[in-house]
Amino acid sequence: MDWFFQQLINGLALGSIYALIALGYTMVYGVLRFINFAHSDVLMLGAFAAFFLAPAVAHLFPLPSYAGAILVTLLAAGICAALGILIELMAYRPLRNRPKLTVLITAIGVSLFIEYTCQHKAVFKAETRPFPNLLAQHDFRLAGLAVNSNDLVVPIVTVLLLAGLWFVVQKTKIGTAMRAVSFNHQAAALMGVSINRVISFTFGLGSALAAIAGILYALKAPGIEPLMGVQPGLRAFIAAVLGGIGNLPGAALGGLVLGLLETYAGGMPAISNYRDGIAFAILILILLFKPAGLLGKAQVEKV
Amino acid sequence: MKKLHGPFLLIVGACAVLVVSGCKKSGEGGGGSNGGGAIKVGEFASLTGKEATFGTSSHEGTQLAIEEINAAGGVLGKKLELLTEDDLSKAGEPATVVNKLISRDGVVAILGEVASSRSLEAAPICQQNKIPMISPSSTNPKVTETGDYIFRVCFIDPFQGTVMANFATKTLKAKKVAIFTDVKSDYSKGLAKYFKEGFTKPGGQITAELDFNGGDKDFKAQLTAIKGSNPDAVFVPGYYTDVALICIQAKQLGLDVPLFGGDGWESDQLVKIGGKDVEGDYFSTHYAPDVATDKVKGFVAAYQKRFQGKTPDAMAALGYDSAMLLADAIKRAGSTDGAKVRDALAATKDFDAVTGKITIDAKRDATKSAVILQVQGGKFKYLETVNP
Repeated sequence: MDWFFQQLINGLALGSIYALIALGYTMVYGVLRFINFAHSDVLMLGAFAAFFLAPAVAHLFPLPSYAGAILVTLLAAGICAALGILIELMAYRPLRNRPKLTVLITAIGVSLFIEYTCQHKAVFKAETRPFPNLLAQHDFRLAGLAVNSNDLVVPIVTVLLLAGLWFVVQKTKIGTAMRAVSFNHQAAALMGVSINRVISFTFGLGSALAAIAGILYALKAPGIEPLMGVQPGLRAFIAAVLGGIGNLPGAALGGLVLGLLETYAGGMPAISNYRDGIAFAILILILLFKPAGLLGKAQVEKV
Repeated sequence: MKKLHGPFLLIVGACAVLVVSGCKKSGEGGGGSNGGGAIKVGEFASLTGKEATFGTSSHEGTQLAIEEINAAGGVLGKKLELLTEDDLSKAGEPATVVNKLISRDGVVAILGEVASSRSLEAAPICQQNKIPMISPSSTNPKVTETGDYIFRVCFIDPFQGTVMANFATKTLKAKKVAIFTDVKSDYSKGLAKYFKEGFTKPGGQITAELDFNGGDKDFKAQLTAIKGSNPDAVFVPGYYTDVALICIQAKQLGLDVPLFGGDGWESDQLVKIGGKDVEGDYFSTHYAPDVATDKVKGFVAAYQKRFQGKTPDAMAALGYDSAMLLADAIKRAGSTDGAKVRDALAATKDFDAVTGKITIDAKRDATKSAVILQVQGGKFKYLETVNP
């Protein structure tokens, strides 16, 4: 039974990281109806921003400490928000009225551009670097179960950000504008909503989320490299689809489900090699029965 | 639509700069200056990427050897010119760069790689073109089985696996061991297999066998299963970036038994990433810089002088040995002809190298001793030497 509960803890810890990354994917999709594949690379940039900021911040607040960790995270989130806005401005805005497929392919291009530029030896180099310890880590032992303090921080941050996002989208003026743009670009523009500003804000917010996720991911596995975002990014994208893309609580739920599936499959000695295969086979099954995702609503296409 | 062009031009310009600077890489680190009459030697190494410290160490050792050979007058009255290509630690790249070295640059021999999976990719190309290839430190037996032009200067995994099995039984006094294998790597799978054979033969018990994919960041699912099987120790035949994270997460889960592995562990990055969580763990490798024979002392001093006080690890020593053996074979062959150099390499007997005496056996492998090191205070400490 210990085994079952320990894997539950491992799975929830992994799943809440996926959930956090999935929030960014699903929010941008909700407003713009397109997948920002560069999200996973902004996540990597967030981790690297924290890597370079940490020594400077350590002068103000000695690390590891909560104040220092929060300051590093906020600064990195700010940098990534600016980068996200810049990416949208340079790569996506010129294609605003082109077919969706064009923008999608461009997003893949932006993602590869960031990955391979960052691997160049003049930028970050392709080697793994040790991530600084921003938060003191503790290992708790409860009746034979091991819980790391990080495994508690991640779900708490995820829940707080989910609540914050929900508040922004549902209760604020900019959130109302975001929902209006998501319903109908042109109608929103006719009503006086500044489309460009709303879309920039969406990208900024999504990229800030990616930066926070990147830092938490790096705290969990303290070796960072330019391709670190690819694997969790793909998982988080699938988690967003599983939960019903465009749906914020759905993304969180999808992340948790995927994390748990992977962990339980990976913990079986004979089949640990097939953990992704098993996890994804179950996902396909779920999507066969609920094509719009766990919490997504099926939309009727008007012809 | 005029507005489009600014950002696009910027991106296109940036790409062009990257492409141009990427091309300049080849030819760097060449030992000889007189390109015309020099003997060209090709090297492919993981200078960047996941196993960057392996490639860099191996390359530095090779470079040092070529410089020393040239300072002593070169080979057959000519200087050696080293052409180095980076394979980014990535599958697929070695084939591309080795093809380029052979067909475009016309090298007479190929040196490389550390990782067995990547050596296995290059070996068939060298064999087909009848260009001798010497792998400095790929330990999977399959590498030299590719054909009669493929050699190595290190021991092979059946030996390394047996050494670690004996170490687990005798020194660690372990009766039950769990194995955690990287299924993406030929090196890891081979070493796990030979360890298992060597450990179960005298009655040792394998409690659990789990797999990971090199590059994973979360290992807790598998480690929880390993912990549940109550092993006395865990054998992790992986590479240092993965191993460091595995050690950290094992400690977090309260898996407090020793972890041990093979030469894939040896990198200062293991300690930089793993910190206190890799303390006390063990691995086997090819040589220890703190074992004082005259040959080792001379090499360590020369290397430290050339590379800003860096202590050479096993990959550096083997890189050095591979280039020295190649130069020696060309000298003995009296020619740079592929078939003649091959025959000279195959006839190597008691070649005096930094990592011990090298004798090439019928399978084109080197018969050599292994050493076992332990992580102590952030450093690798010599524990024991095991002879074949």
